[in-house]
Amino acid sequence: MGRKEENIKKAKALMYKPEKIRNIGVVAHIDHGKTTFSDNLLAGAGMISEDLAGTQLVLDYDEQEQARGITINAAAASMVHEYEGDEYLINLIDTPGHVDFGGDVTRAMRAVDGAIVVVCAVEGVMPQTETVLRQALRERVKPVLLINKVDRLINELKLDSDEMMKRFTKIITEVNKLIKKMAPDEFKEEWMVKPDNGTVAFGSALHNWAISVPYMKKTGITFKDIYEYLKKEDQRTLAKKAPIHEVTLNMVIQHLPNPKEAQKYRIPNIWHGDLNSPIGKAMVECDPSGPLSLMVTKIIIDPHAGEITFGRVFSGTLKEGQEVYISGMPKPYRIQQVAVMVGDSRIQVPEIPAGNIAAISGLKDAIAGSTVTGIPDVEPFESIKHISEPVVTVRVEAKKPSDLPKLVKVLRDVSKADPSIQVTINQETGEYLMSGMGELHLEITEYRIRNEHGIDILVSEPTVIYRETVRKKSPVFEGKSPNKHNYLYVEVEPLEPEIVKALLEGKIPENVKKFKKEVTKQLIDLGMDREEAKGVFGINGTNIITDVTKGIQHLNESKELLKQAFDEVCQAGPKAAEPLQGVKVRLVDAKLHEDAIHRGPAQLIPAMRNAIYGAMTLADPILLEPIQKVFISVPHELMGNVNRELNQRRAVILDIKSEGDMSIINAKAPVAEMFGFASAIRSATGGRVLWSTENMGFEPLPDFLQEDTTRKIRERKGLKPEPYTADHYRE
Amino acid sequence: MLSFVGLGLSRNDISIKAIEEIKKADEVYAEFYTGRICDGIEKIEEITGRKIKVIGREEMEDGRDILNEAMTKKVCIISAGDAMAATTHVELRLRAMEMGIETRIIHGVSITTAAASALGLQIYKFGRIISLPRPYGDYFPLSPYDGIKENVEAGLHTLILLDTENEPMTANEAMEILMKMEERKKEGIFHDKALIAVLARVSCDDEIIKAGYLKEMVKMDFGKPLHSIVLPGKMHVMEAKALVEIAGAPEEIMNGL
Ligand SMILES: Nc1nc2c(ncn2[C@@H]2O[C@H](COP(=O)(O)OP(=O)(O)O)[C@@H](O)[C@H]2O)c(=O)[nH]1
Repeated sequence: MGRKEENIKKAKALMYKPEKIRNIGVVAHIDHGKTTFSDNLLAGAGMISEDLAGTQLVLDYDEQEQARGITINAAAASMVHEYEGDEYLINLIDTPGHVDFGGDVTRAMRAVDGAIVVVCAVEGVMPQTETVLRQALRERVKPVLLINKVDRLINELKLDSDEMMKRFTKIITEVNKLIKKMAPDEFKEEWMVKPDNGTVAFGSALHNWAISVPYMKKTGITFKDIYEYLKKEDQRTLAKKAPIHEVTLNMVIQHLPNPKEAQKYRIPNIWHGDLNSPIGKAMVECDPSGPLSLMVTKIIIDPHAGEITFGRVFSGTLKEGQEVYISGMPKPYRIQQVAVMVGDSRIQVPEIPAGNIAAISGLKDAIAGSTVTGIPDVEPFESIKHISEPVVTVRVEAKKPSDLPKLVKVLRDVSKADPSIQVTINQETGEYLMSGMGELHLEITEYRIRNEHGIDILVSEPTVIYRETVRKKSPVFEGKSPNKHNYLYVEVEPLEPEIVKALLEGKIPENVKKFKKEVTKQLIDLGMDREEAKGVFGINGTNIITDVTKGIQHLNESKELLKQAFDEVCQAGPKAAEPLQGVKVRLVDAKLHEDAIHRGPAQLIPAMRNAIYGAMTLADPILLEPIQKVFISVPHELMGNVNRELNQRRAVILDIKSEGDMSIINAKAPVAEMFGFASAIRSATGGRVLWSTENMGFEPLPDFLQEDTTRKIRERKGLKPEPYTADHYRE
Repeated sequence: MLSFVGLGLSRNDISIKAIEEIKKADEVYAEFYTGRICDGIEKIEEITGRKIKVIGREEMEDGRDILNEAMTKKVCIISAGDAMAATTHVELRLRAMEMGIETRIIHGVSITTAAASALGLQIYKFGRIISLPRPYGDYFPLSPYDGIKENVEAGLHTLILLDTENEPMTANEAMEILMKMEERKKEGIFHDKALIAVLARVSCDDEIIKAGYLKEMVKMDFGKPLHSIVLPGKMHVMEAKALVEIAGAPEEIMNGL
């Protein structure tokens, strides 16, 4: 039996011992070595041939992904590792390294209990390090640290041993600062990473070695030895004495929690059902004999096997042939096959118990984020928060009109597998619009549609998704129902920035009806007026609607309709039919018809819509545009070229640091101006550049662009070029 | 000149006054979203020799085109029942008056009185009329239930008018909705043995008038719309007798009266 086969056998047995399982992810800023490291882990654990590691990227499914050097798919792989005489099953979930794919990262986090944070010793903590760490901590995923590319400190930067230690200390301090800032209160201290207790490792993923303080103690190797080996350029010996998979997996087993431990504190955070119900108890205890619950974290379309759904089993045991329910779907589904992933092989098994990662076929209507249970009507898991929202849109059409039905299906599949892709139909024009996190994200999706799904498509130039907001408080505006027997009086004003921030971070539940008390309390804590907070009856994105009226008859039963109107308006504002951001709507008075038939949906929805639109028109409405952070690392002598490129794009340089002979530029720029940046910066620097971007939300579009941009968006959408005035909404 | 003409409940209810008014008009508009007659309007076109244009809610409620026309022409708006009884047209009339347009009303037979007459119930003993809207997504107003309950507690009869917009509601659909409201409110109005009267196509050739217990009534077929419902309150012995004799209510309802 080969080593892989043997491991498969062991893995099948270990599945049943939750204390011997670790579900982990590897997260890093782009290019810090996550892919190289993941492959070496698998190779070391005998899941792929050791010689191939580094060249054969097992976790990278997509060819194009390899071509671009970005991990797009979060696939899973299991491996077996021996530690102090016991064998353990490590389930590794690969997480995408590019922030364009933020949605995917967070979903992968839901499946794991621990994360290895890889930080490049040369570049240090980068903004995406912060982003991925935040995503992990928010899901109560415990971090350990791997400082990677240590070889470059000595071979390239020629640091001496003191300088090397200083560099380590700086990185560790910065990571701990982030943990302290973002970890849940009860773990702020406990989760700090420290070399002494072995929660930090230092190494080189490329050269296959790593070291930690406990490993040093065990083997007698010292930092000085490491320094010497590197100086002598003998990393091979080092890789034999301190193999990276050995050191890091030891760290994982010792410091990252097993599913039984982790689910105790993670479940209350991600599931808001009754923890004392049978299913609640089973999840908290990771009980394989309790009712089944599973959360879908990823869907891939396999050319041979079709749709494969990945998910973490939190309770019960998932069995082949079993009937299960998907949250939000009325009828049950039959599980066709269940499998565990070992490297790139799916190993079919008859069942998978709680605490493991499963690959499933037969869950046709699941989407990433779905809750799957053995009994119907179970409270679903808290929806996964998208830190970044789509900011770029393209129009997609089939080249051959006869492909249209197929395209419709493929677009649905694509957004099912990657919910950060949104597909909408422009009702006026019948066009399909596909939105995503950035130009690259959409390009990759287009590539997939063409190559994996085999549909020839035509794609428009990308356009940016804007937001609409107001800059001041409006006067009270009267919205009339079409039959003029109902009057709604509304004010709008900018929502308090602290509340907008909390909403963006997903700290406040959007389902006000269900979490009324919690929402009210949080809003008051964030500084909202008590009466106003109590009156809140709708939250949509970063917008809030509140009822501050008193004792108006029939208003209560009409609120559902007012909320529907509010939701509609939040999707399409009065200026350019773009979504709203940071708007507070106050219902201050209402006059309603006595008879329910004359204040139904056809009356109150238009009345409320007009009231909000009208009020917004008088509250200095403006467009916000999406902004990206841009990090660029170039040799000093090319700074001028980079500056020139940035200046043409309304970019603002925030700071410039010098690291050896490289300049590191930290800037921000509007997404609208960044189209085509990839090739522009490449040719401006002859390819000698490393750069990355990260969405950082929306900022006001400069005044001189407001009118023109508004008109362009309206024309593109087939609206009349000028927005309506308040009078239009008074009718 | 703007006149509001009530047609009554069926095509044969139209009054001589209404026929004359329509004949005189330059333009005749019909709105049938607040109510309908239970058979067609072709006969009315035949008798009056005028083309009737059916207009939608939006056009009617907007009203501007109609008012502009009424400045110079004789415009006639016809609705089912009485012109203002279950409509919101008074708003249009007021706007017309503001513009100096002469307005008038031609009355028609209304279900609000016909229901009582048809069942043999005393009109003085009716409480507030209640409309029953169709639920819409999560929108499920319960105020109709509260209104009905107030009537019941005061011993009054309740006429329940059913949503006619889009597709007119049948009595069966209405009873289901009322039972759903009961499930939420649990205040004991619509229990299995609640006495209910259904009026289908009143004043048409195939009208059905039937009273019985909710549990049985909800299963019966009353034919095509229009339907209305009456929930009798405290009855005088004569009223109960009428319900038994005219509407086939179970005889036991007379016990103890
Ligand atoms: N010198 C050196 N290069 C490394 C090391 N780890 C990764 N690299 C290189 O860094 C680049 C980015 O690595 P990759 O694993 O693709 O990073 P990812 O974007 O985080 O997945 C590749 O060219 C790797 O060969 C290391 O430990 N030392």
